[in-house]
Amino acid sequence: MNIAMLVFIACGVMAIVGAIALILAREPVHSALALVLVMISLAILYLLLGAAFIAAIQILVYAGAIMVLFVFVIMLLNAGVEVRTNVSRLAKWVGLPLGIFFLVEMTYSLFREYGGRASVAGGAAAPVPASTQDLSIKLFTEFVLPFELTSILILIAILGALVLAKRES
Amino acid sequence: MEFVTHHPVLVVSLIKIAIALFVVMTALAYLTWFERKVVARIQSRWGPYWVGPHGLLQPLADGIKFLFKEDIVPPAADKISYVLAPFLALALALTTLALIPIGPATISILGQPTQLVISHSNVALILLFAISSIGIYAVVLAGWSSNSKYPLMGGLRSSAQMISYEVSLTLSVVGVLLIAGSFDFYDIVGGQSGHWYHSIPKWHIFPQILGFICYLTAAIAETNRVPFDLPEAETELVAGFHTEYSSFKFAMFFMAEYANMITVSCLATLLFLGGWLSPFPETGGWRWQLYLPAAGLIIGGLALIVGGIRSVQMNAKVVFPVLGIICLGVGYLCTLHGVMPIIQGPFWFTAKVFFLLFFYVWARGTLPRFRYDQLMSFGWKFLLPLSLLNLVVTSLVVVLRLR
Repeated sequence: MNIAMLVFIACGVMAIVGAIALILAREPVHSALALVLVMISLAILYLLLGAAFIAAIQILVYAGAIMVLFVFVIMLLNAGVEVRTNVSRLAKWVGLPLGIFFLVEMTYSLFREYGGRASVAGGAAAPVPASTQDLSIKLFTEFVLPFELTSILILIAILGALVLAKRES
Repeated sequence: MEFVTHHPVLVVSLIKIAIALFVVMTALAYLTWFERKVVARIQSRWGPYWVGPHGLLQPLADGIKFLFKEDIVPPAADKISYVLAPFLALALALTTLALIPIGPATISILGQPTQLVISHSNVALILLFAISSIGIYAVVLAGWSSNSKYPLMGGLRSSAQMISYEVSLTLSVVGVLLIAGSFDFYDIVGGQSGHWYHSIPKWHIFPQILGFICYLTAAIAETNRVPFDLPEAETELVAGFHTEYSSFKFAMFFMAEYANMITVSCLATLLFLGGWLSPFPETGGWRWQLYLPAAGLIIGGLALIVGGIRSVQMNAKVVFPVLGIICLGVGYLCTLHGVMPIIQGPFWFTAKVFFLLFFYVWARGTLPRFRYDQLMSFGWKFLLPLSLLNLVVTSLVVVLRLR
């Protein structure tokens, strides 16, 4: 077992534990922290695959910006401990089997597609990791329409936030 | 030994981490001493004086004091977050330093050629910002988990401040990135070599003076230092987010603050001040500059010996000459042929970082604290437009140059 494999297993376990803790934690701040843990483990997995830029952006944007705002708002509103209600029947009889079904389906299709040549590190089996330059050239030529649409979407969100904030006064 | 041959990179990295950790920890400790001395001098006081000659052992005494204080965890605190916060603060502050290269030379450890940086990445700058952006959690968590009014207020203020100024900080750096065209520190510093008119070094500070001012201001705010030390405004918030912390957990926040200071100073040096490059041209009659590190150490050593002998304190009469002789020895080492080319980079790098740290302390000694609303309007209404303007003008110039 090499070091890359060890790191992969550690981060995978960390991500899964974080995801479970996110759902089970009663305190909103703990849930938010668990989500940060998931994002950081994902970033380390990207790093392992040789995609350092994506890893850095993952941490910078999700863990460093979005989740900080989440935690900030939770603190500002001083949200109390989550109240448990009885699990609804729909969730128990439809949601749970559906979730398990999707998990099995995804595992099966991924295994069939990549089963033989999967690699935890950017080795010979993995595609050559794209440099920042390749990434940006792709983003501004091939994917320029989705890119611009996303920025318009974000602009609309900002305007919406402004409208909502102005209505109060 | 077999492990070493199988995992050369891992072992060499561990050795470098150990050395860097030792150096940084010592630097942190003596940065507090330096700060107290300089601020004392600005305020016409002596500063630490009695623990060791000229208070040189004061950091050690402080460390021992912190270790032996009672470690109180408030009963109403959220235990996990309360303990996690200081560890997070210090660990992240130290991790960022792994990405900072201190010189161009390649040295050899255990027969492995290696660079003067712990982790060389081609997106080092973004990684550094990513790691330091998680640092906000330490402040937020510390404020929230203490379950007390003042820390909560301090934590909220501090996180709002750090989020606000992080925007200007990142934007002010983009100008340099546009000129350098790389996230790699080696490329960024390499692009700053050479001179205009054979005299002015091609450092980014000259074309990017606006960016540098924005960066420095935002960096002081980002590290919660005077005049932006709102989170720990004593008169209003007791001590801000770390009010409830005692003993070594408090010390960890303290160390993290100083480590962050060192990181932003290193970053400013790399991005704007030419990193490890000498301000003098390398050609012609400028070869004497290779002896500058040695000369500095020898003069410093002689000054220490003379000052020690003339000192009135008994222990200073012994300690200072010993330190002076060590300085002379290291100075002699720096003249050796194998060492001289390697020491140049770290020498200039350290000198520039030291100057910036002095600037920090100087600002602390002279400026009063901002009011909170002033801080916010300064960040959003002045600093952010200024860094945006810098970005727009720089990109325009870069595009016109490419034509």
